[in-house]
Amino acid sequence: MKVITRKDEKTREAGEWKILTGNHAVSYAAKLARVQVVPAYPITPQTTIVELISELIASGEMNARMIRVESEHSAMAAAIGASAVGARVFTATASQGLLLMHEMLHWAAGSRTPVGMAVVNRAVGPPWNIHADHQDAISQRDTGWIISFVSSNQEALDTVITLYKVAEHPEVLLPFMVCLDGFVLSHTYMPVYLPPQDKIDEFLPPYDPPHWKLDPSNPISFGALVLPNQPYQEMRWSIHRSMEKALELFEKYSKEYGELFDLKHGGAIEEYGAEDAEYLIITAGTIASEAEVAVDEMRKNGKKVGLLKIRLYRPFPSNTIIRELKGRKGAIVLDRSISFGLSGPISEDVRAVLHSFNIDTPVVAYVTGLGGRDITYADIENMVSRGISLIEEGKTPLILWYKMRRFEKW
Amino acid sequence: MFTLADVTQEKVPVIVPISHPSEGSAGRTGLWRVFKPIINTNKCKKCFICWLVCPEESIEEGKDGYPEIDYTYCKGCGVCSDNCPTGAISLVKEEG
Repeated sequence: MKVITRKDEKTREAGEWKILTGNHAVSYAAKLARVQVVPAYPITPQTTIVELISELIASGEMNARMIRVESEHSAMAAAIGASAVGARVFTATASQGLLLMHEMLHWAAGSRTPVGMAVVNRAVGPPWNIHADHQDAISQRDTGWIISFVSSNQEALDTVITLYKVAEHPEVLLPFMVCLDGFVLSHTYMPVYLPPQDKIDEFLPPYDPPHWKLDPSNPISFGALVLPNQPYQEMRWSIHRSMEKALELFEKYSKEYGELFDLKHGGAIEEYGAEDAEYLIITAGTIASEAEVAVDEMRKNGKKVGLLKIRLYRPFPSNTIIRELKGRKGAIVLDRSISFGLSGPISEDVRAVLHSFNIDTPVVAYVTGLGGRDITYADIENMVSRGISLIEEGKTPLILWYKMRRFEKW
Repeated sequence: MFTLADVTQEKVPVIVPISHPSEGSAGRTGLWRVFKPIINTNKCKKCFICWLVCPEESIEEGKDGYPEIDYTYCKGCGVCSDNCPTGAISLVKEEG
């Protein structure tokens, strides 16, 4: 029997395995990240994240302050305030709650407070629907938040910790949201590895605001009037540059984290069977993990199909998209949200990036799975097969709908 | 203002909109004034209620012990006139 000593222990000997829902994996991520302040307001399917955090705080396992607020707008306002004095802050929301935060999301990014948040993707009303749909997060695209999508409970935990390191970098200082699909991940149990606290502490040192903080001994006012000839546009430019930096750092720290704990999910984009593929599926969230099965099935039938899983939606991994799509026969983009009047948001981004670099790889755009409509690997195979034949015919319409149903009576 | 050299520099500058407390950090608010408050020292009892209520902190004690208005920042809101117990502050329309 090999005796494992501290010295040759490389990966998962320390730490702990737990059977967790996606939401509880996120709560443990907040604990491992040594989050200090958690202002939150309950909303399905997010609630159990904050419930477990409050239990961990009550039992003394987590040293943090919980702020009960009267709305999500206030939750984000409190988060910005706490981050501004130098605390590491975490909150969680979904759907309508995220939409109510919208104004404060801009404030968090503009004030360069690296607030962390889990968004449990849920459809937006009306009509009421609590199931998986990316519309809530996609609607926050231009707020200056780093937006990431995950497709497993382990990835949710790992991404929260990795993104704190990215967000708190002195050249980034931007808030981030980790988006996990409602119920499909949030309420589904999976084995999750919790890395040892001391290793996480080494990876993620305490937060110390490098540029400004609220301090009574050095009073400042924040966000006062900036007129057109004053550096408003430059501040916007600075956020954009920090976003580009965040993309670079996310690639770097994902790799670093992956090597530390042998937990690899790729960088801003995770590839699956992409190397020799003629056609690539591009999607995010749990449809992406289902697409892995579809890729395996299609490969069995001799179709050279691969997958690009979008982990980071903003900043958008343009460089990887260009590198991966150049010279391929086509791409099939599956969006679980819609930009009404045009197409699926991810497909629009992919097309914009390709066009900017004069790459003529055809793109087929599907909008599907809205309101939690179940998308199986067989559905993905259908979409890809149809997409391939459309590309072969030279037809790439702006938008295609998949899994529409006929209702006799409305 | 930034030049092109700044745009291409390697290190990303994080620009934050913070300002330190200073006189007139919100600009010369006196330019907004339509009605100008004038203190009549014959009526004034030096109670300094006007000093207390002025939202712009534009009223200070003058050399002769009477309140004095700093017209660079007084935006002419009239709160001082409204609160004066002896009616010593009258509002006169600005000319031009």
